[in-house]
Amino acid sequence: MKKFNLLLITISVLTTIGLFSCKPKNAGNAVSGDAAGKTYVAPGKYDEFYNFVSGGFSGQMSVYGLPSGRLFRVIPVFSVDPEKGYGYSEETKPMLNTSHGFVPWDDLHHVQMSKTEGDYDGRWAFGNANNTPRIARIDLKTFRTDEIIELPNSGGNHSSPFITENTEYVVAGTRFSVPTDDANGDVPINTYKQNFKGTLSFVSVGKEDGKMQIAFQIVCPGVDFDLSRAGKGKSHGWFFFSCYNSEQANSLLEVNASQRDKDYILAVNWKKAEEYIKAGKGRKQSVKYAHNTYNDATHTATSEILNEVTVIDSKDFNDICYLIPCPKSPHGCDVDPTGEYIVGSGKLAALIPVFSFDKIQSAIASKSFDGDYEGIPVIKYESALYGEVKKPGLGPLHTEFDNEGNAYTSFFVSSEVVKWNIKDLKVVDRVPTYYSVGHLCVSHGDTKNPKKKYLVAYNKITKDRYLPTGPELAQSAQLFDISGDKMQMILDFPTIGEPHYAQIISADLVKNVSTKIYKIEENNHPYVAKGEKETKVAREGNKVHVYMTAIRSHLTPDNIEGIKVGDEVYFHVTNLEQDWDVPHGFAIKGASNAELLIMPGETSTLKWNPTKVGIFPMYCTDFCSALHQEMQGYIRVSPAGSNVPLTGTTGATAPAAPESK
Amino acid sequence: MKSTPIKNWVRIALIVCGISLIAVQYFPMWSISLDAPQYPEGLILLIYANKIGGNVDIINGLNHYIGMKTLHTEDFFEFTILPYIIWFFTAAFIITGILKSRKILYSLFILFVSFGIIAMYDFWRWEYNYGHNLDPNAAIIVPGMAYQPPLIGFKQLLNFGAYSFPDVGGWIFVGAGAICLICVIYEYRISKNSKIK
Repeated sequence: MKKFNLLLITISVLTTIGLFSCKPKNAGNAVSGDAAGKTYVAPGKYDEFYNFVSGGFSGQMSVYGLPSGRLFRVIPVFSVDPEKGYGYSEETKPMLNTSHGFVPWDDLHHVQMSKTEGDYDGRWAFGNANNTPRIARIDLKTFRTDEIIELPNSGGNHSSPFITENTEYVVAGTRFSVPTDDANGDVPINTYKQNFKGTLSFVSVGKEDGKMQIAFQIVCPGVDFDLSRAGKGKSHGWFFFSCYNSEQANSLLEVNASQRDKDYILAVNWKKAEEYIKAGKGRKQSVKYAHNTYNDATHTATSEILNEVTVIDSKDFNDICYLIPCPKSPHGCDVDPTGEYIVGSGKLAALIPVFSFDKIQSAIASKSFDGDYEGIPVIKYESALYGEVKKPGLGPLHTEFDNEGNAYTSFFVSSEVVKWNIKDLKVVDRVPTYYSVGHLCVSHGDTKNPKKKYLVAYNKITKDRYLPTGPELAQSAQLFDISGDKMQMILDFPTIGEPHYAQIISADLVKNVSTKIYKIEENNHPYVAKGEKETKVAREGNKVHVYMTAIRSHLTPDNIEGIKVGDEVYFHVTNLEQDWDVPHGFAIKGASNAELLIMPGETSTLKWNPTKVGIFPMYCTDFCSALHQEMQGYIRVSPAGSNVPLTGTTGATAPAAPESK
Repeated sequence: MKSTPIKNWVRIALIVCGISLIAVQYFPMWSISLDAPQYPEGLILLIYANKIGGNVDIINGLNHYIGMKTLHTEDFFEFTILPYIIWFFTAAFIITGILKSRKILYSLFILFVSFGIIAMYDFWRWEYNYGHNLDPNAAIIVPGMAYQPPLIGFKQLLNFGAYSFPDVGGWIFVGAGAICLICVIYEYRISKNSKIK
């Protein structure tokens, strides 16, 4: 008997050693044979989905096709883009205006598609600015940024731009609590608890035109609001915001904000808040914020500084805000397609709590509270909890859903995606990601009608996934086929900037409404030249306006004289083309800004301050035709005070020399 | 001897032709479609009774490379008279149907066919002019190359393949002519037979 036991022990020890001595499978092995066929989109064929991906610290939004992972466009949103003249042309400079003046860069973290009845409608995409708090709206007809609104009383707009199921509101929550803008901000930083406030902004979106307006702000205790999601279906009318730093630390948050076992998810009854605002219970607060809108008819943005918002304080109303304890510095708080389950994800947790909307409602009705936090009732953890997913992995961050009752959660620390069943809270499948996934998204995965087709993991660490490019590497996204029982990795693709959240939308909702050209007859730019006959050069003091046209393959005028050092020259270039995919570019030697990239029917303006006497070439930068290289001209710059008459010509040559007898 | 009136079905056919000619006022009569590698969606030039339509501006833009004159509706006097000619034939078909006279039917047919021939000749003449009278300073000059589109059918013009065919209005016109021809042949036989008797 003893011998037998010994034998058993020996075998099990050997087996264990054997298991551990075997090197884990590498990524190459994780891809199965038919992956190529699943991601292959033949030349000239279209992808099934658009993937709108946040650019993170690039400040832009990128657009990929799925399943191919091909990059189609980088939409400039919060950062200047010299390639497209965005933030450099006179027309687009106002888009980046803020209460702090012109801000050329930001950090775009999250993307949201507009929704109707809880599903994407293909009209707009929204993005948030995490540094100088703003929300941008992108028109999906033109793939251009149409509007940017700044958020007062905020520092770091992170839990944004999440939207309600009919795009009634797009929200913003301050990541950094700060003293409100009307208070004296010149206070010691360690007076955080007394002076710092967390503000949630509800920005209404015009039903037809999409125009954004800050409807109201809710002032909350000073914490770090992290992420948010709107309720849907039965929970429509509610919004859920995760927050950390309920310790209210103002320094070394890594340690000081990780003290409490639980932070909170804040449930906001925004329908109720709306009623109070309508009833005049809000307080008008004097602030300063920019509202920038782009006009497709004038091809010009305007920036307006607004001075007032309506705020309500969460403390003053006992039926708007409720806190739900959530373990270990919650990050994602995601709502399932039915609107019943709210999934909290603690960044340091080893379990996933799932809350029930119905239970939250009965807890509120029966006042099943565990005291309050700075005047906001705290619902008892157990009273809100549906159940916990046990041992799912380490460090859950974000969850999306499919249409078969499954949830997919990203795990940063254990670097994997875990699929689990919402009803029985059991883990069904898990796949490794390379490496350390942050956000993930499923096709239509945050809507009422997710499509169990694709999942993309946006990884934070790239390392050896691609050919090395020095210390700075591309970020890596990974595409999974989730149509079967098992998730299957089918593609790696590099991304621009650092992708955070992204969304996957059916191509059919967007591709058929894409704008091809701007109609020249609808161009209302104040300096448009709708034909070569309307071109001219006009001086107003030291300002010179050049009404210029571009058409294959010449600029009119292409010889400009009479410009003087010290002038401020505005080249208003109208692209006369009315054909699809014939942009013209425009650049001048020595110009201190960027090029213009002008779409058919559009007018853009390049401001130029000549500082030297001489001849300056200008040319079309976008290969437009067989004679693109001929599309060029000259500007003559004379000294200040010179008498050279101001002229702009095309096709004029030197007078013929007198014939010799 | 007084000739017998034309058959009722012939009269109805003629009136129907007359009425359907009204549609020619509103539908393009001819279309020239152009295909090139960089125009997978194709370009089209439509010729209506009173104007040219389709991608005129784009085609004009492209034609400046080869020095072809730009196309403008107002450059063609035909567009001012064509609608009246078509109205005339509309009325003529209906009246012929009402008047029952075989001689008028024959005259109508001859007139209609003559108009068709003159119109096609005129069309060819314009095509020839536009295709051959090129700006000597054009950016692209291919020695010996003319850009006259086909009168009917297909022709390769540099990188563009040009297809020239009647459009809805044109087919109605052709149809009216064909029906008219059938009527004429039928009635001619009747009259011949009655003469023999």
